[in-house]
Amino acid sequence: MDFKLSEREELLRKSTREFAESEITPRIEAMEETGEFPLDLLKPMAKLGITGIIAPPEYGGVGLGYLARTIVLEELGRVCAAMPMSMQVHHMAIAALNDFGTEEQKKKYIPPLAAGETMGCVAVTEPSGGSDVLGMQATAVLKDDKWIINGRKCFITNSHTSNFWVVIARTGEGPKGLSAFLVEKDAPGAKQGRKEHKFGLRGSNTGELVLDNCEVPKENILGQEGGGLGVALKTVSESGRTGMAATALGILQSIYEEAGKFASERVLYGKPIAALQAISFYMAEIYTELDICRLLCYRASWMKDQNLRFDAESAMAKSYTCDAAARCAKKAIEIHGAYGIMKEYKVQRLLRDAMVTISAGGTGEIGKVVLGRAALAPFQKK
Amino acid sequence: MDRVIVCVKPVPDPKDWDRLRLDPVTKTLVREGIGSVINPLDKHALEAALEIKDAQGAEVVILSMAPPAAQPVLREALALGADRAVLLSDPAFAGSDTLATSRILAAAIRRLGPFDLICCGNYTLDGSTAQVPSQLAELLRIPNIMHVSKMELKEEKELIVTQKIEQGYMRLEAEPPLLLSFTKEANKPRFSSFLEILAAEKRELAIWTNGDLNLKESLIGLTGSPTQMADLLVRQKGRQGLRLEGDPEEIARLLVDKIHQMGLI
Ligand SMILES: Cc1cc2nc3c(=O)[nH]c(=O)nc-3n(C[C@H](O)[C@H](O)[C@H](O)COP(=O)(O)OP(=O)(O)OC[C@H]3O[C@@H](n4cnc5c(N)ncnc54)[C@H](O)[C@@H]3O)c2cc1C
Repeated sequence: MDFKLSEREELLRKSTREFAESEITPRIEAMEETGEFPLDLLKPMAKLGITGIIAPPEYGGVGLGYLARTIVLEELGRVCAAMPMSMQVHHMAIAALNDFGTEEQKKKYIPPLAAGETMGCVAVTEPSGGSDVLGMQATAVLKDDKWIINGRKCFITNSHTSNFWVVIARTGEGPKGLSAFLVEKDAPGAKQGRKEHKFGLRGSNTGELVLDNCEVPKENILGQEGGGLGVALKTVSESGRTGMAATALGILQSIYEEAGKFASERVLYGKPIAALQAISFYMAEIYTELDICRLLCYRASWMKDQNLRFDAESAMAKSYTCDAAARCAKKAIEIHGAYGIMKEYKVQRLLRDAMVTISAGGTGEIGKVVLGRAALAPFQKK
Repeated sequence: MDRVIVCVKPVPDPKDWDRLRLDPVTKTLVREGIGSVINPLDKHALEAALEIKDAQGAEVVILSMAPPAAQPVLREALALGADRAVLLSDPAFAGSDTLATSRILAAAIRRLGPFDLICCGNYTLDGSTAQVPSQLAELLRIPNIMHVSKMELKEEKELIVTQKIEQGYMRLEAEPPLLLSFTKEANKPRFSSFLEILAAEKRELAIWTNGDLNLKESLIGLTGSPTQMADLLVRQKGRQGLRLEGDPEEIARLLVDKIHQMGLI
């Protein structure tokens, strides 16, 4: 077993870290205040290779794998988690296209996404409940040569920053009655609804997409008619959960650094508080959680790169890491005492950001539903 | 221009500086657990070279004298866009001062063949002597402009170089062959794009020993270095207390004497 990252992966980490520290850090305050994604960073991120990291080179991408992507998202998340949040969903749109798109669809839609000319989004969730995917109510009906889509999608990442959307809607009954569509922002009847005001991941845009007799050309169906559940599940489970996990991993790394710095600098009773056993135990716990999460995240991405089935592992990485980030952020805030809840200190943002990762990309409970099934599978009688 | 050589030195990562220690016995830096990075000003030198590459397609060659452990740092320079790298590594080079280092670099540059430009950082973070660029230019018998704060390409083989001088700036027209050493105002170094990181894996990173350069042992390493370090001290910071007693006049006199004694005025 080899736990060592390659020289390539170390360079990806270093370059992303330098970029994030120098280009993203100065933008955090504005993101926190306005809740807007800094769209002008899209081009520099494209130049580095972040937007197109998993897109194949023939469609203008870098063609790297999921482990590389996880490291890059982690490094962005270490500085500001709103960025990898937005980017990982952008990657989900690319993955959906690459996995299910026709050659024409890939040629048309992947290059502008890889080049950062626009962002992408994937719209599954509806007000009727995100966990109950089959309960969705949006419909698509083929009329003449067009699909007419009606419905409302909520909590959609990049809703207001994307020029085109992957939308799941009902074309029939039951699990085989969902289909995926490529909807351009300017399509007749396509509207951006409300923008959400979140308490965390402020710089990542989340909002509503409204499809009001929205017309899309017949050829804009993504994958087979009736294959929408597959598109949603594969995309959410593979790029969505690993991306969400990597975002939370970046938060956790930052928690560790902030807590360690503060504990070593804050002096009480004539010594840094790190010398107090209680505080060093907190640090030990954060340190261990960080390592557990990193191993879970890297393994899940590695399995994707090896073409192994990894839905349980990605759910494990996602639900464990997001929860651990929130748990550890609470500890880091406690280490900071009253300073921890002051806006000048980063840890309070880390807790808010970590909390938001928990329900996004499938809630912790849904993660456990997947894992419970995997855990019990060997004991099920045929 | 056809070829631009960039001299690069790996230095201890400034982020780890508060963990750097001096071994009290050997008087060397204890570098265990301390990361290495490209000397920050060398990144500006490399950026200048890459701008020439972008504009004119020049080949950019990285040259570094360092232990074999410096290879990742050179790979990083390749991932920024350089075409190939030569690492000069030999136990015989160890202990070289700035002059011996310049001799080694000069010999390697002669071996590389024709070049248009040599780009250096103005000084290194660890040594901070700023001597290598001028010594190197002298040994190669080419002009040298230090403190470059801006470089503009005019023609295929003509540069306008802004040099920072004490009272302001001087704009100079210059033609290759030439050595420039850069300050941090000169440009904003790029980040390694992921595509360049992938491309760098196929770029050549050669290691040359003294077997390749054939320099006399008396010119290199510790024996070839006229600078001998007598001692190395860690700066002690702290406050000294002194209590003067007596009547105000007496105290004032003692204070003046003390100030004279300490050579402060
Ligand atoms: C920041 C952010 C970004 C998002 N981005 C996107 C996006 O880009 N695209 C998109 O489609 N969606 C997105 N979502 C929506 C997200 O996928 C949903 O929030 C999630 O699926 C949960 O749905 P819900 O919020 O409607 O909660 P509900 O489904 O209503 O769940 C409520 C509670 O019931 C629990 N629960 C539900 N079912 C079960 C069960 N079977 N067993 C046990 N407990 C259960 C849940 O865990 C939760 O605690 C985003 C959400 C957030 C917060």
